[in-house]
Amino acid sequence: MSQSSTTPATTTLSSSGKVARIYPWQMNRRQKTVLTIGLCLGFFALALLGGRIIGDAGLSTNLPSRNQAPSLAHPFGTDWLGRDMLTRTLHGLSLSLWVGLLAATFSAVIGAALGTIAATIGGWVDTLLTWCIDVFFSLPHLVLLIMIAFAVGGGTTGVIIAVACTHWTGLARIIRAEVLQLRSAPYVQLAAQFGRSPTWIACEHMLPHLVPQFLVGLILLFPHAILHEAGLTFIGIGLSPHLPAIGIILAESMRYLATGYWWLAAMPGAALLIAVKLFDVLGEHVRALIDPKTRQS
Amino acid sequence: MLHVQNLTVAFTVYERGLAQKRLTVITDLDVEVQAGEVVAIVGASGSGKSLLAHAILGILPHNADLGGTMTFEGEALTPARKEALRGKQIVLVPQSVASLDPLMRVGAQVQRAAQLSGQRSRAADQAVDQAFRRYSLPETTRQRYPFQLSGGMARRVLVSTAVVGSAKLVIADEPTPGLHPQIVAETLGHLRELADEGCGVLLITHDIEAALQIADRVAVFYAGTTVEMALASDFAHGATALRHPYTKALWRALPQNEFIALAGTQPNPDALPDGCLFADRCPLVTAACRVARPESRSLRGGLVRCIHAEG
Amino acid sequence: MQIASSILRFTARKLLRLLILLGAVAVFSFVLINLSPIDPVNAYIGADMLLISPEQRALIATRWGLDQPMTVRFARWAEQILQGNLGVSIIFNQPVATVIADRFSTSLALMATAWILSGAIGFVLGILAGMREGSLIDRAIRLYAYTLASSPTFWVALLLLIIFSVSLKWAPFCCASPPGLLPDQVTITQRLQHLILPAITLSIVGVANMALHTRQKLIEVLQSEYALFARAQGESIWGLVQNHGIRNVALPAITLQGAALSELFGGAVLAEQVFSYPGLGQATVQAAIRSDVPLLLGIVFFSAIFVFVGNTLADLAYQVIDPRIRIGGGAQ
Repeated sequence: MSQSSTTPATTTLSSSGKVARIYPWQMNRRQKTVLTIGLCLGFFALALLGGRIIGDAGLSTNLPSRNQAPSLAHPFGTDWLGRDMLTRTLHGLSLSLWVGLLAATFSAVIGAALGTIAATIGGWVDTLLTWCIDVFFSLPHLVLLIMIAFAVGGGTTGVIIAVACTHWTGLARIIRAEVLQLRSAPYVQLAAQFGRSPTWIACEHMLPHLVPQFLVGLILLFPHAILHEAGLTFIGIGLSPHLPAIGIILAESMRYLATGYWWLAAMPGAALLIAVKLFDVLGEHVRALIDPKTRQS
Repeated sequence: MLHVQNLTVAFTVYERGLAQKRLTVITDLDVEVQAGEVVAIVGASGSGKSLLAHAILGILPHNADLGGTMTFEGEALTPARKEALRGKQIVLVPQSVASLDPLMRVGAQVQRAAQLSGQRSRAADQAVDQAFRRYSLPETTRQRYPFQLSGGMARRVLVSTAVVGSAKLVIADEPTPGLHPQIVAETLGHLRELADEGCGVLLITHDIEAALQIADRVAVFYAGTTVEMALASDFAHGATALRHPYTKALWRALPQNEFIALAGTQPNPDALPDGCLFADRCPLVTAACRVARPESRSLRGGLVRCIHAEG
Repeated sequence: MQIASSILRFTARKLLRLLILLGAVAVFSFVLINLSPIDPVNAYIGADMLLISPEQRALIATRWGLDQPMTVRFARWAEQILQGNLGVSIIFNQPVATVIADRFSTSLALMATAWILSGAIGFVLGILAGMREGSLIDRAIRLYAYTLASSPTFWVALLLLIIFSVSLKWAPFCCASPPGLLPDQVTITQRLQHLILPAITLSIVGVANMALHTRQKLIEVLQSEYALFARAQGESIWGLVQNHGIRNVALPAITLQGAALSELFGGAVLAEQVFSYPGLGQATVQAAIRSDVPLLLGIVFFSAIFVFVGNTLADLAYQVIDPRIRIGGGAQ
């Protein structure tokens, strides 16, 4: 006799003795997930192209209106040169996002490739990779970034290379673990014994598991990359001070803090935070939607 | 002592898309346990029998809907009453050693069970010693961690948690999953002992042979409902003494009998048929069967849900 | 006795790993720095570049052994390192080891405070959130944690500075001690005053991770079979947390705390920059910007040891606390 596989076999608890849902938002309608994803993507499209949309008008020096607190005319206030902070922030955000996305994509591709190769070939290649990852994890992330950026000579390329070269480890680990698990999964081994070609197995059995992991991993990599780029730029090893990157904006704002011009730091940082947060939200919702393991039945 | 009538347990879960699904895991279940007797609920693995235990104890998940009535010693089992009684007058003997905290010494855990049943720490301490001695567990057992226990020892520790208090109703949830026959016999013996001392024992199991060893009455569980309530002795007299077609098929499927399995599968909990739940596999099915669920009626000293069951 | 010998074996293995790790870091950093387009001689001379003749520059290069092939340079450098000589810092004109020791002792108070605070508060918040899953308090804690976990540390630092130092004037604006005073003239209270904002900055972000992690682990515990059985015995939620939750959540929390040291170091780099706190973090930035290669390398080494110690402590905790490992014979 077979039994229904959808019967909850274990009961679960929460504070009042009733079950707590593990991911409350998973219980909401799937439409809400898709909607959220759409909104996030819309925001990012705006942010990435925002620089071009808004134009450079607010970036020019306009001394008469300098150091103004946020108002209707200047929602983010103006800086010591009279430049509109909202425009500067949007440009900076756009810049940081582009750099972050570029570096993160590099990283993700490298990570996924290395992880797959290591798990597929196994043996000393796998050991070498695992050991390499351990070495990378043995240093504080920022220190490693600083060293690489420094070694490459700083600047925009420095930041991109530094970020790209250090963010692959997490995804490599995940993909490697996934591939290892898949290779030893009974259904994969059975498929091989039935005579299915490796390509077929890869496409039918492995990709459905790997692609979601890669996609979600990639999306969740963006916030880290963006924040690290901003951090490097902030301490002066990143993007050139001529560019309105968020890190630069915040670093410059430090000079004027004592005079009470709080909007120079608060608003751009908040914008960065929101952007980063939205990536997290996007990543989690995409995962809910496409990861076969967490799709609720 | 325990009287369960028309118990229904359903879950509402969310599906791909917007759809919500309602899984009715237990439908119109009737069972009754008196003091001093062992009542076995026998049914296929994974068909929701454990949820009956959780329903009685009041520890079902949040998204569970409960219907029907349950009384204990004459009074209704409200959620508040369940909370007051569990661990004290109604206890559970769980399925596996995974029910023990892996980082806590076994003695401390049993002592905690004793304390929760209402005893002070000194008395609880002694109760643990007593229980362990009763089940021939060596002195060192108290200091052991769950991973250090052998299968048999683990079962005896789990049973100990039931006897350290003054429980009246013991619910044993699948107490013999895949264990060595000797341990199975031992465990069942302990449960029989408890019944003989005056407790009521509700034995939930898929192992019908084990159940028949110690049960007084057997409730047959199919697709979430009890299709028959028989005396254990009925099984010894062969298929003719049994009432429901499913029970007869079950009996026939036993290795020592004809060893023929029944074709087909249980209906899905999210799509239960309107009529009799056994209709698709029943040799006696007629049009009338598919119209409405049969009521439980008395027959030859037992109960059965079938319009065709004869005396 | 058994525990003592197993701890000894454990320590020996760890030391070996550390040495191999440091070796790898050494090779990696050395190759990296030497492949960089930065000319160390130029970096050293800096503004005086125009005043130096090519012959003098060549002299400096030879003095530093820059004309030798990389393997030779590495061997000489490694030899020095093994003897404990990390070189001389270009910026501070002191042995690197001294600079690091000095700077680290300043950072230590900051990092230790933040580490303890974030661990303790994060743990408590995580337990609260996990206990009352779905409730208002859980959602509030989760909102706080999710937001902060992705917040740029330097921005949080700036905000705190703006609010507490500039607006409310509750805390000093910069540095580890009031400017103008000699080190021995600074009182503990003053040190604490200067410490508090950077410490809060660092701990705020650390709290987020610890809270979320602890919350998730507690929820797993509360959904486990043994929690269900305890519940069947009549245990209340608070009883569950007390008797089973905390014990089972403590180990993952300790692991996270050990790993948190790595994040802490990175955070300190940013926080010290904002608060002009003269610690190791600020020294790292200075070394990178002013191309102080010996100091940078020295700090890289030190940070590797630092992170290693953190992870090892967490590992050790597992060896000691988890009975399945301590007594052995059980798979986790």
